[in-house]
Amino acid sequence: MNRREFLTVLAQLSIAGMLPGCAGVSRSKDLYQLPVYGQVRILHITDTHAQLLPVYFREPSANLGIGDAYGKLPHRVGKNLLDVLPNLRPAEVHALTCLDFDEAAERFGRMGGYAHLATLIARLRAESHGAMLLDGGDTWQGSATSLWSGGMDMVGASNLLGVDVMTGHWEFTYGEQQVRENLESFNGTFVAQNIVATEDALFDGVEVFDESSGRVFPPYVIKQVNGRRVAVVGQAFPYTPIANPGRFVPDWSFGIRETELASLVTEIRQTEHPDAVVLLSHNGMDVDLKLASRVAGIDFIVGGHTHDAVPVAVEVSNSGGITVVTNAGCNGKFVGVLDLEFNRWGLSGYRYQLLPVFANLLEPDPQLDRYIEEVRRPHRQVLDEELAVAETTLYRRGNFNGTFDQVICNGLIQELDAQIAFSPGFRWGSSVLPFEAITMEDLLGQTAITYAQTYVSEMTGAEIKFVMESVADNIFHENPYYQQGGDMLRTGGLRYECWPNEKAGNRIKAVRLRDGTAVNAAQTYKVAGWAAVNRQEEGRPVWEVVASYLRDKQTVVVNDLETPTLRGVSDNPGLT
Amino acid sequence: MHRRALVKGLATLLSLGLLPLNLYARAVAAFTAEQAADVYRELFGSAAILPSDRIHIKAPEIAENGAVVPITVSTDLANTQSISVVIDENPNPLSGTFYLTEDSAPEFSLRVKMGRSSTIRALVRTADGVYMSGRQVKVTIGGCGG
Repeated sequence: MNRREFLTVLAQLSIAGMLPGCAGVSRSKDLYQLPVYGQVRILHITDTHAQLLPVYFREPSANLGIGDAYGKLPHRVGKNLLDVLPNLRPAEVHALTCLDFDEAAERFGRMGGYAHLATLIARLRAESHGAMLLDGGDTWQGSATSLWSGGMDMVGASNLLGVDVMTGHWEFTYGEQQVRENLESFNGTFVAQNIVATEDALFDGVEVFDESSGRVFPPYVIKQVNGRRVAVVGQAFPYTPIANPGRFVPDWSFGIRETELASLVTEIRQTEHPDAVVLLSHNGMDVDLKLASRVAGIDFIVGGHTHDAVPVAVEVSNSGGITVVTNAGCNGKFVGVLDLEFNRWGLSGYRYQLLPVFANLLEPDPQLDRYIEEVRRPHRQVLDEELAVAETTLYRRGNFNGTFDQVICNGLIQELDAQIAFSPGFRWGSSVLPFEAITMEDLLGQTAITYAQTYVSEMTGAEIKFVMESVADNIFHENPYYQQGGDMLRTGGLRYECWPNEKAGNRIKAVRLRDGTAVNAAQTYKVAGWAAVNRQEEGRPVWEVVASYLRDKQTVVVNDLETPTLRGVSDNPGLT
Repeated sequence: MHRRALVKGLATLLSLGLLPLNLYARAVAAFTAEQAADVYRELFGSAAILPSDRIHIKAPEIAENGAVVPITVSTDLANTQSISVVIDENPNPLSGTFYLTEDSAPEFSLRVKMGRSSTIRALVRTADGVYMSGRQVKVTIGGCGG
């Protein structure tokens, strides 16, 4: 972060009123009391991952920024984040970092939950002159009940919450037909400028929003708020059929589609004369920042996907002026509040705050509370099963293995009798505190996807390295447009060195088995895994495999986290 | 094969058929060359190849399917005679050459097969010389996502 950016951050903080605080959450009754500013309030949630109930969610201790992203937001973790945001209150420090996680989690309690979100959102609406609620997607996936209802439980919850506009990513893993059915029941508008029907599908007459562009969904919607017209353009996750199995969306093609977006924004400006243009994005923050520097005419990008909880807005210059980028975390932990002020010539100012959602501070909304209870009731017997007791904090988020991933990998190795285990680098999945029971609901919260089948396959050392290198390049490529936004592949049974600053093919070195034997390129190894993207596997779902492992273990201690030895990044502020 | 691709393919064949025999032989050599430098030599002899920002390549940053990567090449350079598409890392880097008549618009869409990540190049021959632009397309396994 250079001096100018630092000053911008400071300016943002003073606007946001984050003055030095001494109180814990119990005494910060004014956390949600925002000064009234401007005429239009945009509320933004993203990547709730179907967490209807409040959760613990540990923020990462590794979120490396490579190349130009070095040391910049969102790539500062723990104390390195506090260095540029020195005035955060203790409750905010807990919400935004992994510092003293266990202790702080006990103190501040669970975060998010749709009934609590509803109360906060209702208040933020009531205290504004006019508001709308945007949802950046990854809403329909991440819990047992969402998986079993094909995402429909979340459509109901979103309607009760009053979501006005949304876009998507994991939504698409339910398949085209289920997406269409769910959207029939959705009260808001689903927008995406970057999903088009393939030429073959168009030829076969697949249903699209617009024949000439081939766009499957409306690319944007104009929302009238307090007499102002705000254009909300949708940007779905550009790499859905690559990061997730393409077979779920065979008729649709994605991509960043920067040129099309630029023309669309120009067209909207010319034909609709909106008072402001907002991109509701599921690009991931690094892609948002790059996009903001290259496409003119967008006033705000409110983003998600990479689960970055960034408490300040970042201003990016481009040929048309400035685009402001915000990202609002995940799992229902935050609500982004973007207040817009207009004068007679148009947009004249904004304020942004990322509000942490502390369940202890918010009365649950009775209607949503009842709804959530109804959604879960038929499944309670399965969900509430206590599989084992955690003696270590179990979490996932971070560039490399989290403790919950380690448990999954160890379970795969033991139950499927393998030497090595692979588990995907997802960024969702909440945390379990020490001495709490790990329930089936917790386990499904780490694994509930539509392609959770396990596999055991014979792979050569060369193939193993190829897979690891490919995934590493999807995170550490210096050009964000070539990243996919997940974290590094989780591995069990392997030791290796990771050199994030190297080029593709040179980041993974010294790969060894647990016992220290070098992994040989030509030799074959037995690898267990789940969530294969390119093949449809037949094995038992991963939650069954891991549940059986946990029932057997009864208590879980992770004292050998198999994270790689990192090289060349010891001074990186994305590491704590 | 798709209708549009078929029509384009026919157009290419047609244009090849109209070429003198020695040029046809040269095209075969260009298509079977295994290095981009050899393709350039077969297509353009010793002509200098200059970088140009007036050649536009539309392609995904990351291919959804390496077996069929849709790309569109266009140029606003004047007096375009041909457009060639070269993929450095393919076993035979030359994907195609389109010869233009005076009246044709210099814009082609095609689908190319890519074995792995590579720079895709478009080379445009005009009455004034040979120009080139390139763009990186990644072919990768997926498997992770936020």
